[in-house]
Amino acid sequence: MASSTRVTFPNKFLPYLLLAPQLAITAIFFYWPASQAIYQSVLREDPFGLSTQFVGLDNFRRVLGDPNYLNSLQVTVIFSVATALIAMALALLLAVMADKVIRGKGIYRTLLIWPYAVAPAIAGMLWLFLFNPSMGTLAYLFRSTGYNWDPLLNGDQAMVLIVSAAAWKQISYNFLFFVAGLQSIPKSLIEAAAIDGAGETKRFWTIVFPLLAPTTFFLLVVNTVYAFFDTFGIIHAVTGGGPGKATETLVYKVYNDGFVNLILGDSAAQSVILMIIVIGLTAIQFRYVERKVHYG
Amino acid sequence: MANVELTNVRKVYGSSVEAVKGINIAIEDGALCVLVGPSGCGKSTLLRMIAGLESITDGTVKIDNKVVNELGPAERDIAMVFQNYALYPHMKVYDNMAYGLRNRGMPKDQIDKRVKDAAQILELTQLLERRPKELSGGQRQRVAMGRAIVRSPKVFLFDEPLSNLDAKLRGQMRVEIKNLQRQLGVTSVYVTHDQLEAMTLADILVVMNAGSVEQIGAPLDIYEKPASTFVASFIGAPPMNLVPVKADHSGLVLKDGTRIGAEGLSIPATGALIGFRPEDLEVSAGTDTHIGGLALDLKVLGVEPVGAESYVYGIIGGERVVVRVPGRSTSNTDDQLRVIIPKQKLHLFGADGKRI
Repeated sequence: MASSTRVTFPNKFLPYLLLAPQLAITAIFFYWPASQAIYQSVLREDPFGLSTQFVGLDNFRRVLGDPNYLNSLQVTVIFSVATALIAMALALLLAVMADKVIRGKGIYRTLLIWPYAVAPAIAGMLWLFLFNPSMGTLAYLFRSTGYNWDPLLNGDQAMVLIVSAAAWKQISYNFLFFVAGLQSIPKSLIEAAAIDGAGETKRFWTIVFPLLAPTTFFLLVVNTVYAFFDTFGIIHAVTGGGPGKATETLVYKVYNDGFVNLILGDSAAQSVILMIIVIGLTAIQFRYVERKVHYG
Repeated sequence: MANVELTNVRKVYGSSVEAVKGINIAIEDGALCVLVGPSGCGKSTLLRMIAGLESITDGTVKIDNKVVNELGPAERDIAMVFQNYALYPHMKVYDNMAYGLRNRGMPKDQIDKRVKDAAQILELTQLLERRPKELSGGQRQRVAMGRAIVRSPKVFLFDEPLSNLDAKLRGQMRVEIKNLQRQLGVTSVYVTHDQLEAMTLADILVVMNAGSVEQIGAPLDIYEKPASTFVASFIGAPPMNLVPVKADHSGLVLKDGTRIGAEGLSIPATGALIGFRPEDLEVSAGTDTHIGGLALDLKVLGVEPVGAESYVYGIIGGERVVVRVPGRSTSNTDDQLRVIIPKQKLHLFGADGKRI
């Protein structure tokens, strides 16, 4: 069957030539760094970078036995789950509301999509300016109401701050997909449900939400990966992993250990572990969560 | 069971677009009323107003002698079959049918009984565990019907339910819908643009055009006495032939100047249209003068044999017409035929399109 529908090229090398740019990009920007990380993770380098030594799995052993690393793992889990959940829930809420707007629909959508165009570091700076205890406008408001706002000293507040910033930035993206998902649900289904006696809330949970499942699932995967990797800029700008190590996620620790503290072996071992975690997470999502997804 | 009464129902979109212009229809308990008309004539809008899916700008809709204008779709006790069936894709057939009952808080055993009874009637028993995706078009149609009948509502609303089926299945389902409606005796409003469906299903037929009712009546009455040229050309296939005539001092003149005998017809000064059904023409063998009929000359443009009958296309007095002849036609292109329309089969319409 497959052979009958196969496209045959007149020249044997043409298909490879056409694939080459994509393959080159994948090889240079993914496979090469990834293999470098794996290679580095089994080496130890002296502080001056003059000699390297093969140490097997020693780096992994040390990293996994380090309480700082386990703390960072916990921070990452809290940060990722909170960011993904908040970003998705708020985006869904906004999308459902925007779907009901009749006049100025386009304006609403455009305004809600704008934050996505803001670079992570800039977004981080914006939040910093708003919430920095010594100069932040909103921080000033907080304190004037008597609330002791100080994310520079209070780890939980710092966490709230980076979760908010990271979620805020991702909401636009999620919103866009939820709006598209909502639009693809035939209006007659909603009408049929209304005739069938389902109120608005019931309609949402029994008809709309299940039919949005493919979108929601896709966003779950994307948001998890986002929270893990793409939030580095925000964390770097807002808290720098502090106070203490309260907001040091796995990715941030890789950066800290590798590029600040120059412990290349440990850092490489951490990135390999991180790679395994993300592969595992994605596999779990596809294996268990996707089963509950109904594709229309 | 209930009657449905529409009084001066209007729908205005925005500030000026009048989609439905003051419609009055009374449907008796248990009757099947078909709304037929070309696309954009407001028939679907009217149906959706009865369903409560569209607000009513003006006038009243009564179901079971109760004004329902302000009630939501769920409170009107109606069930609707949509053109695309609108089955919930993530639910099994059973759940699709049970959904409306569950929402109304019916006990489980009763729901089960109702769904199974409906499935029995519609021959869906084997399919209850399937999802809509796994069903054929005809089966989906049945599920949509099933979802409507389990609720035993006061009124069924059908929005072009058969237009997504192929011709053969459509014919089958048409008969089934008619039988089911008879059997259950539920008052129904059925929207279609297919005049054949309209003719065969309706107890009471409403022909709509541009937001207004052109004619209401029993299907055959409408067929035999169309109130306007619009109805005449919309109901019946092939449509009624309409030939414009003018009267002068010595008789009648057709568009191309041909003179014909007046045969006692009184034509207004503004001119008129003579209408005749394709099957009501008699092809005269020779030049014998026929008493009590309008004799006309027809030039044959072409012949379409469709099996049991043939359609002869031709020109009378500069106007294209079609004649229905039983069996095979012996006519050939460019033949000149003399056709006679018996007087009682003649329809006369004024210049404004209204029947005289």
